[in-house]
Amino acid sequence: MSNASAILAILGMGLATYATRLSGFYLLRGITLSGRTKAALDALPPAVLMAVIAPVILATGLAETLAAAITATAAFFRLPLAITIIIGIVSVVALRALLPA
Amino acid sequence: MRREFFSGVADVAPVLVALVPIGLLWGTLAAGKGLTLFEAVLMSVVVFAGAAQFVAIEMWHDPVPVLLLTFTAFIVNVRHVLMSASISRHMQAIPRALHPLVAYLLVDESWALAERRALVAPVTFPYFLGLALPLALCWIVTTGVGAMLGRSLGDPAALGLDFAFSALFISILMGFWKGRSTAGILAASGSVAAITHLMTEGPWYIVAGGLAGAAYAALTVREGKPA
Repeated sequence: MSNASAILAILGMGLATYATRLSGFYLLRGITLSGRTKAALDALPPAVLMAVIAPVILATGLAETLAAAITATAAFFRLPLAITIIIGIVSVVALRALLPA
Repeated sequence: MRREFFSGVADVAPVLVALVPIGLLWGTLAAGKGLTLFEAVLMSVVVFAGAAQFVAIEMWHDPVPVLLLTFTAFIVNVRHVLMSASISRHMQAIPRALHPLVAYLLVDESWALAERRALVAPVTFPYFLGLALPLALCWIVTTGVGAMLGRSLGDPAALGLDFAFSALFISILMGFWKGRSTAGILAASGSVAAITHLMTEGPWYIVAGGLAGAAYAALTVREGKPA
């Protein structure tokens, strides 16, 4: 037995989320990009990637910051994605155990 | 076509491993808040957004605050406006009629991996499905199993799996490295995001950092010189 407001909340959340995911496809349609606008949009992927991880790598603890640096080094040498992720996980576990919390 | 699909599956495979305990954890939390198995699975299908679902379960109580949950899901996911705008520029190979389906499957992980693909090749529909379908299936199944079990199988952080998502984003991020201009973008984005995170409640830091990085690029681009 489900409660109607729970279902309503789930549908509302779904609609709100879908709106955010769909909107970007229509924002730029038919717009020719040049100069500063293009530079700004080209910068979005790295800027958003960085913003998502910033709290973890810059404002959580020394273990996370160091593990992030190790992961970035592994990625810099073009190691495969899976290997890089494993290196990141192993280094965060080791550093959390070694460093005082 | 099949090759493109499995190329996507291969790229997303390491992410799936890390997603399993997180999905299980969400399912157990949802069951703990009184969601039925049907409601938990329905949310994973309809919303399909890890961060927003964790926040929703945190806020979930009786009577269910429908409007507040809807508004919060929108706020938590506002970052997807930037993500979908950005990736839509690299989806010319995908017919427009399929864009609404792509949008439904556009989560942080499929977005990041698609941007990575766009650096070297056009993002095709089979490739994107290869990324996104395993993610959706994994999320729906593990959250459902978690809700059925109803009790936690352990803390993903104890195994370092909470760091997997950061590691994925770091390694994809390095692919965008183009020298000093990238360093400026990352410094602007990272510092604004970290400061916003420390000073405000909620997920505003992602949008703030993303826009700061884009603004930096717009202000420092050399006119007349192709980027």
